Amino acid sequence: MALEALDQPNTPAAGGGCSSSGCGSSSDKLAHLPEHIRAKVHNHPCFSEDAHHHYARMHVAVAPACNIQCHYCNRKYDCSNESRPGVVSELLTPEQAMAKTLAVAAEIPQMTVLGIAGPGDPLANPERTLATFRELSAKAPDIKLCVSTNGLALPELVDEICQHNIDHVTITINCVDPEIGAKIYPWIFWNNRRVRGVKAARILIEQQQKGLEMLTERGVLVKVNSVLIPGVNDEHLKEVSRVVKAKGAFLHNVMPLIAEPEHGTFYGLMGQRGPSNDELQALQDECAGDMAMMRHCRQCRADAVGMLGEDRGAEFTNEKVAAMDIDYEAAMARRAEVHAAIEANRTAQQRQPDEPSETFVPIASLKRSKRQPAPRETPAARFAVATTGGGVVNEHFGHAREFLIYEAAGDGDDIDVRFLGARKVDLYCSGGDTCGDAEDALAKTIRTLEGVTGVLCSKIGIEPWDRLEAAGLVPNGEHAMEPIEDAVAALYRELLAEGRLAAPVEAAALSA
Amino acid sequence: MAYRIIDSCVNCWACEPLCPSDAIRPADPPAVAHFTIDARACTECEGDHADPQCASICPVEGAILDAAGEAVNPPGSLTGIPPERLAQAMAEIRAR
Repeated sequence: MALEALDQPNTPAAGGGCSSSGCGSSSDKLAHLPEHIRAKVHNHPCFSEDAHHHYARMHVAVAPACNIQCHYCNRKYDCSNESRPGVVSELLTPEQAMAKTLAVAAEIPQMTVLGIAGPGDPLANPERTLATFRELSAKAPDIKLCVSTNGLALPELVDEICQHNIDHVTITINCVDPEIGAKIYPWIFWNNRRVRGVKAARILIEQQQKGLEMLTERGVLVKVNSVLIPGVNDEHLKEVSRVVKAKGAFLHNVMPLIAEPEHGTFYGLMGQRGPSNDELQALQDECAGDMAMMRHCRQCRADAVGMLGEDRGAEFTNEKVAAMDIDYEAAMARRAEVHAAIEANRTAQQRQPDEPSETFVPIASLKRSKRQPAPRETPAARFAVATTGGGVVNEHFGHAREFLIYEAAGDGDDIDVRFLGARKVDLYCSGGDTCGDAEDALAKTIRTLEGVTGVLCSKIGIEPWDRLEAAGLVPNGEHAMEPIEDAVAALYRELLAEGRLAAPVEAAALSA
Repeated sequence: MAYRIIDSCVNCWACEPLCPSDAIRPADPPAVAHFTIDARACTECEGDHADPQCASICPVEGAILDAAGEAVNPPGSLTGIPPERLAQAMAEIRAR
């Protein structure tokens, strides 16, 4: 950990060259960051789009208490069928969290990151959170530590956080205007009282902004999460993006509201809708003009384990962890070997033939795409990719629980491929009526792929192939095990040559 | 004079560190499924705070009762969800 080495608190605001103009793909979004920050996020699956193909993370649910109420949250959190924030199956003591983390880090050597994200606010329970970090940094110093907070208690805890070498903090900031905040937060607990309305939102916003400034002054990397709530803060989030960037946040993650009546939340019960995929993407594109946007967030549970998009939590219950016999030293040595192999693989995947063979080349230069916006004479098209990780097309269509969405545009050798986000096929437990037969599941998957032209997977059955074609999609299983961006570019080129892509005008409207 | 936590408590721990009288006991399953208040120790925060602390941070409506057995945070008071809307939604979900 080299927090002291970060002597340029506001550097994320400096570069600024990379905008939404299709300036390339994947971790290019972080290209404007100084080298030492990029080095820190290089193997963090939640911060680097490229890293998320290769590395695993876990959350431990040690922090159940919260000091505010958000209208998208219901504190009765426990459904093992759901995969959304704030939901956990098993609350852990710091000791249990420690044992679980060491077990996971031994069994899943791709693991680089431990986060504490709830199910409440980790800083409303600072003792449980900090005890976990303290123990873990002693026993597994190679694991990065992260914490996620609503920010209310952040200013008073910043110095302690820095002591424990927690080098990434995520603050959920949904607004910088108390009038808007009052529509999102019904109350906060502040100075021994429950405070409501605009007054509560004003206090929360002040604390969040103060905490953000204090962290960036001390060189801690800060990511800002925002929940996009249509009609409440959608337009306002552009302002949020500008403000937090100016204060030194290095990444902005705009996530869609999850609101269903069965979740029992205010928004769910009062009929507040979440954004469509297109609305989310349009807003991310607009905010991206101001700062690095994150598009691969999976909105994990507060006890998620494994690669992003997968959850192996069931393999690591307290009972199972207690039965494991783990050699910590050997596990750490194995992690180092596995991480070295992953890095060799990443470099091999990404380096252009004419790229100089440096050991650490700037991420921007690793990308296959050009920094200029793609020429618009050719239509843009979106592709869905089934993958289990590794940065390659390697998942069977029928097994895919999520698809990564990419957009390709350009001509000849100059094809620009950019990552737009992940779409889950079965993100929510929505009750018995949707747990139907395969027919329904396929229809649901096809709905998930709305706006997509081609579907890349390692294999696909005859029936789903026909159904995809009938729905106007182009299924493709011919690029199995190829790097995703190469496969997307190849399929795009093929469809372009066959004249099967939409006219440029339509494509422009699609991506607006 | 004492407050009481009932079985709608979700064991979130928020109240426990706030109690000035150290009267709150964590759940101890399977015998005790939720947090409880030691009635002999509870002072309703008199002399320490203007508002009773457990009831001021508890996120669950109806989970804490006052000495008269009334919910300190009645339905709708914390989430803003009108009780009749909640009842209607629950009925719809159950009917599926």
